[in-house]
Amino acid sequence: MTNTHVDYRLSQLDQLEAESIHIFREVAAEFEKPVLMFSGGKDSIVMLRLAEKAFFPAKLPFPLLQVDTGLDFAEVLETRDSWVERLGARIIVASVEDAIAAGHVVDDGKTSRNRQQIGALLNAIEENGFTAAFGGGRRDEEKARAKERVYSHRDDFGQWDPKMQRPELWSLYNGRIHAGEHMRIFPLSNWTELDIWHYIHREQIEIPSIYFAHEREVVERDGMLLSIGPEIQPKGGETAETKMVRFRTVGDRTQTGCVESVATDTAAIIDEIAIARVTERGATRGDDRFSEAAMEDRKKEGYF
Amino acid sequence: MASTPQTTDSHTTAQGEMDLLRFATAGSVDDGKSTLIGRLLLDSKSIFEDQLEAVESTSQSKGYDYTDLALLTDGLRSEREQGITIDVAYRYFATPTRKFIIADTPGHIQYTRNMVTGASTADLGLVLVDARQGLTEQSRRHAVLLSLLRVPHLVLAINKMDLVDWSEEVYEKIHKEFTQFATKLNIPDLEVIPISALQGDNVVNRSENTPWYSGPTLMHHLEHVHVASDRDLVDTRFPVQYVIRPKSDQYHDFRGYAGQVAGGVLKKGDDVVVLPSGMPSKIAKVELFDTEVAEAFPPMSVTVHLEDDVDVSRGDMIARPKNAPKPSQDIDAMICWMTNEPLRPRQKLAIKHTTRTGRAMVKDIQYRLDVNTLHRDQDTKELGLNEIGRVQLRTTVPLLCDPYSKNRTTGSFILIDEATGVTVGAGMINSGS
Repeated sequence: MTNTHVDYRLSQLDQLEAESIHIFREVAAEFEKPVLMFSGGKDSIVMLRLAEKAFFPAKLPFPLLQVDTGLDFAEVLETRDSWVERLGARIIVASVEDAIAAGHVVDDGKTSRNRQQIGALLNAIEENGFTAAFGGGRRDEEKARAKERVYSHRDDFGQWDPKMQRPELWSLYNGRIHAGEHMRIFPLSNWTELDIWHYIHREQIEIPSIYFAHEREVVERDGMLLSIGPEIQPKGGETAETKMVRFRTVGDRTQTGCVESVATDTAAIIDEIAIARVTERGATRGDDRFSEAAMEDRKKEGYF
Repeated sequence: MASTPQTTDSHTTAQGEMDLLRFATAGSVDDGKSTLIGRLLLDSKSIFEDQLEAVESTSQSKGYDYTDLALLTDGLRSEREQGITIDVAYRYFATPTRKFIIADTPGHIQYTRNMVTGASTADLGLVLVDARQGLTEQSRRHAVLLSLLRVPHLVLAINKMDLVDWSEEVYEKIHKEFTQFATKLNIPDLEVIPISALQGDNVVNRSENTPWYSGPTLMHHLEHVHVASDRDLVDTRFPVQYVIRPKSDQYHDFRGYAGQVAGGVLKKGDDVVVLPSGMPSKIAKVELFDTEVAEAFPPMSVTVHLEDDVDVSRGDMIARPKNAPKPSQDIDAMICWMTNEPLRPRQKLAIKHTTRTGRAMVKDIQYRLDVNTLHRDQDTKELGLNEIGRVQLRTTVPLLCDPYSKNRTTGSFILIDEATGVTVGAGMINSGS
C-alpha cells in the first residue's frame, strides 16, 4: 500500500511518532548500552511499538528492563510476555524482592514498593552498565515532568538535578556522559494521555486487559477504588463491592486505584478520557499524594 | 488475559488526525504570562480538577487572596519557593482543530538561553507586553531572539488592556512602535492583539470592550495560522541517522538508511548523491515501518533504500546531485553562549550538527550583538553567558550545512564542552566555505 500526501502535511499523531522514532534511533546510534525500562503499562507498550517501527525489520538493538515489584497485576505480566515473544526481545527482570534479599533495598514495612523500585532499578542499571534508559514518562503527567528534558541526565548516584539540566535545542540531543552516569530518555515527552490512547486505537496495539472495563471486587479507601486481593482487604467500616471498573495506569497493586467505567474498547476509553476532569495520576496513584513535590522528590532520587 | 482492542467507529480518529502548532511564550515577570497560559489551559479544558484543587489549596496556605494560576506552571519546588520560573517547561492543550505544545520560557534577562531553547522548535512566538508599560527592552530582546531563531510567526499580545480603559490609542501607539522596530528584523508574519488575560478578553472570546479591533482573538489566530508552508519542500536533505542491517535469514540483503527528512521530498526513482563521498545512486524505495510510501517529506522518520551498494553510514547525507549542500570545515555562524565560562578564540569544543559529530575550534569572534539595540560590538574578544555573537569556527569534520535562514535543521548545531559534557552553545549557520 502506498500513501500520497498531496499537501505535505503530517497529522499531529504522525509528527509525534516521527519525533519519537528519531529519538529511539539517535540513542541506539550514540549510546554504548541502552535499555528500555518496561513496566507493562500502556506507555511502555506504545514505546515498544515505536521502537519496533524504528528498527524494523531488525530486532530491537537493546534489551528491556522490568522492575518487578512482586505486586504487579498478573494481566500485565501476561501482556509483557506476549510482547517479548512477538518481538523476540531480551528482557531483564530486576526484582524488588531480590534487591531486599541482597540488601540493596531496605524494607521497613512502611515504604511503598513503588518507591522501593528506585533502589532495585538503580542497582540493575549499575550492575548491567547501562548508559541510557528509555522511560515512558510524559510531560503532561505531572508538573515536575513538564520541566524535564527528552534526554535527562543522571549522575553517578542516579539523581536528577532540575537546575543543572542541559539546554535542549532543535532536535540535537546531547548524550555525553561520564563513567558511572547515565541518561534517562523520554521519547514520549510530547505525547498526552489522549495521544497515547489514539495511537493504541489507531495501531491496534495489544495492552493489558485491566485497562478495559470489567467487573472487579473493590473497596473505597482515601477516595480511591482499590482492587481486593491478597494485600488489600476491607478494613473496619469498609465494605467490598463489585463494580464495573478499569485502570488508567498500572503499577503496584497496593498503590494503584481503578475508576468506574463502562468503556470496554479503545474508542469508548477515548470518549471517557476526552471528558475526564481528573488526571490519571490524581485519580489513581496513591504515591503521588504524599506532598506537592512527591514526583519531583522521587525523580531526584532516581525514579523514572 | 491480554486483549487486543476492537476496531470501532472512526470518530475517535479525528483528534489524532489534527494539526500541531508549537509556540514559545515570552514576557517579563509581571506581564501576566502565567495568567495567560493558565487561561488558555482553563478555557480549553486542559486543567483537571485535581490540579486546580492543588493550586487553590497552595494559594490558600500561602495566604494569597486569589488563586495563583502561576502555580500551575511552576513545577519545581524552588520555583514555587521563589515565585519565579527558572526553566523552560512544556505544556499541552488541544482544541477540536489543533494540538498545541507551549514552550513556556522564563522572561528574566539572565535566562536568554532558555528563550533560545524554547524558540528553537517553535512555529510561532508569543510576546506579551503590559499595555501600561508599552514596549520594554525585554519585549525588543524577545522579538530579536525570535527573529534570529527564525520563528516564522510572531504574535504581540498587548495585555492588561483593562487597565488602560481599553484605549485604542494605546494599542495603536504600541503597534506602531513595534512595527517600526520590526522593520529591522526578519519577521515574516506579525499579528498584534489587544487582550486581558485576567478577564479573558480576546483570548478565546471576542471582547466587547474593543469594538475598534477587527482582528482575530488569540485562540482563533493560534488555531488558524498556516504553518505547513514554513518547511523547505524544495531542497532534499536526508541526514542518515542509523543503518538498518537485520542480519537475519529472512532479511539477508536488507540494507536501509534510517533518518528523519530535514528538507525536500524523497521519491522512488529520484537521482541522489551521498555526501560527503559524492557517490551517485537512485532511490529504490522509501519505507515507513513495513509499508512503502510514495513520498517522504519533513518531518517524517523513514527508511530509504538505494539502488546501488554504495557505502553509507551515520553522519552522511542524501541529497539531489544538482542541489546538495557543500561540505565545509570553515563555518560562519551566530552563536548563543549558554554557560558562565566565556567563549574565547582558540577554544576547542565538540560540535553536533544533524547526525554528525566532530570538534570545532573558535577562529574568531567577529562581533557581539546587543540584542536590545542591535548594535554590533566589534571590540569584544569573548562571549559571556547569554550573549550572542558572530563567530568563525574551524571544524575537524566537514559539515553538510545550509544557511539557517534556509533550513532550521541543516543550519543549526550545538557546541558541547568536552570536559563537562554540557551543552554550552547554540549555533545558527550564516554560511560555510
